[in-house]
Amino acid sequence: MNVSTTNEALAISQKVLNAKKRKSLYRRIKLNWELYLIIALPLIWLLIFCYYPMYGVQIAFRKFTPLKGIFGSPWVGLDNFIKFFKSYNFERVVGNTLAISLYDLIAGFPFPIILAILLNNCLKPKFKKFVQIITYMPYFISTVVMVGILIQFLSPKVGVVNHFIRALGGTEIDFMGKPGYFRHIYVWSNIWQGTGWTAIIYLSALSSIDPGLHEAALVDGANRFKRMWHIDLPGILPTIAIMLTLRMGNIMNVGFEKAFLMQNDLNRGASEIISTYVYRTGLAAAAPDYSYSAAIGLFNSIINLVLISIVNYINARINETSLW
Amino acid sequence: MTNIQAIKRKSKNKPKQSFEDRVFYIVNDGLLLLAALIVFYPLMYVLSSAFSSPTAVSKGLVVLFPVDFSLKGFEEVFSHKAIVTGFANTIFYTVVGTTVNIIMTVAAAYPLSRRNLPGRRILSFLFTFTMLFNGGLIPSYLLTSKLGLINTRAVMIIPVALNVFNVIICRTFFETTIPEELYEASQIDGISQIRYIVQVVMPLSKAIIAVLVLYYGLGHWNSYFQAFLYISDESKYPLQIVLRDILILNQVNEIIADPLLYQAKQGMAQLLKYSVIVVASVPFMIAYPFVAKYFVKGVMIGAVKG
Repeated sequence: MNVSTTNEALAISQKVLNAKKRKSLYRRIKLNWELYLIIALPLIWLLIFCYYPMYGVQIAFRKFTPLKGIFGSPWVGLDNFIKFFKSYNFERVVGNTLAISLYDLIAGFPFPIILAILLNNCLKPKFKKFVQIITYMPYFISTVVMVGILIQFLSPKVGVVNHFIRALGGTEIDFMGKPGYFRHIYVWSNIWQGTGWTAIIYLSALSSIDPGLHEAALVDGANRFKRMWHIDLPGILPTIAIMLTLRMGNIMNVGFEKAFLMQNDLNRGASEIISTYVYRTGLAAAAPDYSYSAAIGLFNSIINLVLISIVNYINARINETSLW
Repeated sequence: MTNIQAIKRKSKNKPKQSFEDRVFYIVNDGLLLLAALIVFYPLMYVLSSAFSSPTAVSKGLVVLFPVDFSLKGFEEVFSHKAIVTGFANTIFYTVVGTTVNIIMTVAAAYPLSRRNLPGRRILSFLFTFTMLFNGGLIPSYLLTSKLGLINTRAVMIIPVALNVFNVIICRTFFETTIPEELYEASQIDGISQIRYIVQVVMPLSKAIIAVLVLYYGLGHWNSYFQAFLYISDESKYPLQIVLRDILILNQVNEIIADPLLYQAKQGMAQLLKYSVIVVASVPFMIAYPFVAKYFVKGVMIGAVKG
């Protein structure tokens, strides 16, 4: 008896509350109409340029003919994917993508950390600033120019590298024409170009380390190396972890531009990656197979999505544990 | 930051810097110098070559400084019609494109930063999901052609009008640096939200706007892919496409039988390459130091809350 009345009372108050909430929700929407108006433009853009292509991705499951359009072409299920998995290009293209990406990650990851620590240790403010300006400058060079510089420097006839090799008594090497060199050139030029820029992130992480820790260590008689090892490095470990997991999430995501621009008929065995292959089979081919090409792209996107989801999960856990 | 520097200065001024520490700092600065030299040498080589004479370049005489100082390369660059057109187009795409980018980014970021906006979570999700998954090259290409954007100037601006990552940086900035009290005060004063954004939020957000202008501007300046896919009309080519023709596809030097003339042409072609690299890359390298102080902030906001 008692219980039911309280329940009734609760239900009534709940109803009143809901009504109030609805009213206030309506009021809040009305109050913010300008904000909806403002966001409408980017939202419409988003729906057209991001979500419509997602809807159009079903082309990967159809046999596309231009006359019938994406949505009228016959449905073929996973045929395009199976064709890709069975093609001799599958192993080569996925293998090249993974090899370039892993090499880039393993070789390139430590450099910005080292540079940031060195800069942080530097006692001469002017020298430090000079080094910083020099090292981030290459970041502003476009991919086209970067590849142009590489081709120019590594050219067998006029390149500066081969000038040196000849001066030292060696024979010239056609770097861009040999598949064996492709990965090294790709990765080490990335390192040259990106280290200074990425170091900025670690540098700001280093600057947020509590100076009290250094003071205490100084009192205890720790030298600079020990302080670097026991204070600076552990201090930026969470940042390192986050950056590393982010990179892992993008491992199948090798950009089109640089590989494509560095590519030539001689080095294609090492330089054909998923994104360039999608372009070659889809848009550049004499008889373009849009459906097949879209299927390869979708395969890549799905792997990326899975990897990024895993990484996000791991990151959330790291962030939790690092909030001591 | 200043504290650390103070400590460092203190330890530096101490007459008794231990032997270990002295070695440490020498090694440290030595490594920094090495890093700077490795990065600096190729840049310097390009710069010096650009200011040398064609013969010096083709004979490989340039080692560090310009040989037979000349401005011939730059004369050649600016008499090359395709480069000048490309330059003008790129300036157009960069200025218009970046303006559109900033308007779109703020228009998306500000509403998303209002915590009590009904539907905020759904809207946020719609935006962030596009960072995780996209339709890919082929569906985007078919859409662009369906919209009739192929071979128009608009294709360099409209399909790239927004970058969701930048929206998130900008939203985080609004959330963390614009005090809520200002909004409440503006509500009491009864000004409209649009006026609030233009007159209160924007002037307080110069730091993030500077960062966005640099990100988007650099993106447009260096953009190659969009034009490569969609633009075939030479009068609309941006600089990067012209650069690709010159630097990578080698489309300047025609085959010449006369060996002497050939060598002269060859030298000129080499020189042109170095000069055009300098002309294309220098604007942003010069612009960056002016916004550098905002940058660490912007990068951090993106990295921490991205």
